[in-house]
Amino acid sequence: MRSDRSKKAPLGLKIAAAAGLLFLHLPLLLIFLYAFTTEDKSYQFPPPGLTLKWFAVTWERPDVWQALWLSVRVAAISTLIALVLGTLCAAAVSQTRFFGRETISLLVILPIALPGIITGIALRSAFSLADIPFSFWTIVLGHATFCIVVVYNNAVARFRRVSGSLMEASMDLGANGFQTFRYIILPNIGTALLAGGMLAFALSFDEVIVTTFTGGQQSTLPIWMLQELIRPRQRPVTNVVAMVVVIVTFLPILAAYYLTRDGDQIAGSGK
Amino acid sequence: MTAAVLFENVSRHFGAVRAVDAVNLAIAEGEFFAMLGPSGSGKTTCLRLMAGFEQPTSGHIEIFGETAEGVPPYRRSVNTVFQDYALFPHLSILENVAYGLMVKGIGKQERLKAAEDALAMVKLPGYGARRPGQLSGGQRQRVALARALVNKPKVLLLDEPLGALDLKLREQMQEELKSLQKTLGITFVFVTHDQGEALSMADRIAVFNDGRIQQLGTPEEVYKQPKTRFVADFVGSSNVLPPEFVKHLGAANQYASLRPEAITLGGSGDGRLTLDGTVLSRSFLGAANRVLVSVNGTKINVMSPAAASIPAEGEPVRLCFDRADLHLMDAAS
Repeated sequence: MRSDRSKKAPLGLKIAAAAGLLFLHLPLLLIFLYAFTTEDKSYQFPPPGLTLKWFAVTWERPDVWQALWLSVRVAAISTLIALVLGTLCAAAVSQTRFFGRETISLLVILPIALPGIITGIALRSAFSLADIPFSFWTIVLGHATFCIVVVYNNAVARFRRVSGSLMEASMDLGANGFQTFRYIILPNIGTALLAGGMLAFALSFDEVIVTTFTGGQQSTLPIWMLQELIRPRQRPVTNVVAMVVVIVTFLPILAAYYLTRDGDQIAGSGK
Repeated sequence: MTAAVLFENVSRHFGAVRAVDAVNLAIAEGEFFAMLGPSGSGKTTCLRLMAGFEQPTSGHIEIFGETAEGVPPYRRSVNTVFQDYALFPHLSILENVAYGLMVKGIGKQERLKAAEDALAMVKLPGYGARRPGQLSGGQRQRVALARALVNKPKVLLLDEPLGALDLKLREQMQEELKSLQKTLGITFVFVTHDQGEALSMADRIAVFNDGRIQQLGTPEEVYKQPKTRFVADFVGSSNVLPPEFVKHLGAANQYASLRPEAITLGGSGDGRLTLDGTVLSRSFLGAANRVLVSVNGTKINVMSPAAASIPAEGEPVRLCFDRADLHLMDAAS
């Protein structure tokens, strides 16, 4: 590996890589730039002037706070549900053998393979059939369907690495089921759960399609942003929100990256 | 005296597979007991029944007089040394050894002290801070042993404990296990497919095949007086002679076993039985030569001391052995 690193990449490849990165990140910078523009009807380039007033305006807007708070709550609860159910499901599929195991593992993964619009329509018709009014919990249910998949996928891969004999060894040494989970399973799958939970949170936080079908009149943050873009009133507010969202989601992902990196070192040294 | 482990007609079936089939055995306290057999013979399932990882389909198990059916592994006074050692990769060696005491709620200082002592007992003092990944196979084996013994089990179960070690290390560990067992006085039950290991270490051996015990006895009994053809063949690769052949030698019309080392090449009868044959092949094993001889189409293995002279391949040879070494076996199997 070391020798590969010192080898010079060809110029063409470097340019292509730089172009790719620019294509991905330049639009993000534009979003940031227009958060400071003095012009609020259309996005003209270059901006006629720069100002910080939109931050104050955003701070004063109750609808922003409402949408943000709803999104955070939905993402947190969906992630929590996904962590519990996804871990249990992963444990069942990877640690035991039962009739229909393969089918169950396929059915669990299915929601992420299905287009969101199908999931959305299916849930909406199910809710209306069962006469369930749209609420916070209908959004959470919709989000949990795909959050579980993310947690499950992360956990099941790690569960397979935790050999069954570790659990047997723990039981053999006098630990009951709870102690075995607390002292043996959790430390071994913890980083996978953290990574899965982060991803689930992020997925839920920017979900639009399923939410449109299950949210009723409520607006989560991404739906609020979509609505804001349509009517040209105080447009830079959307950009300010987008900027905050980028920063707020980037920090935990960075933290998760460092946490799992340390965890992998521990897991790797055990091999 | 109550047996350390008692099996009464114990069966464990997996669907149509009879992994363990009507097994009866009584292991005495302080005994070094080996369960020997090829893979799939039911020996490991028996061990798992003792540990509590499996429940019997039928029959009754007692551990020191207490019924074991339905008792989970964590409430049994037995501990296991696993085949793959199953050390916890995220814990240090010391934490691994102290784990059993930790979950029982023993104070930190006390349990770490006990773990240190256990590590010293298996000759790994000062290794506590390392992780399992930093140890060699032999060292991990010792840690697994210390982790089990620190709980002061009444019965220690060992599942092919030496299988993953190289020959030299294996012989050394055999010695150590034996002396450890003598000092501690704990009942050791140990599973192996290596007949040499079972013969050299165990006080008694149960030879398993197809979920049943073929023979249960001291190493000498099992080796010298195999009850069935399977035991004769599996324990020390004896020559199994068919009934017609044995009848021809003047004995009963039964299968008989004849140890390769009981046969000498050449020489006169002197009241011993003799057979004339041809040398098929010979191989040098260091301390001895193994010679394959054909006697009227029946192949007979002979273990001859390295010093003895051996006829070349294809040459005629006379085999001599004592009548007493011809061991008749049950007709049934």
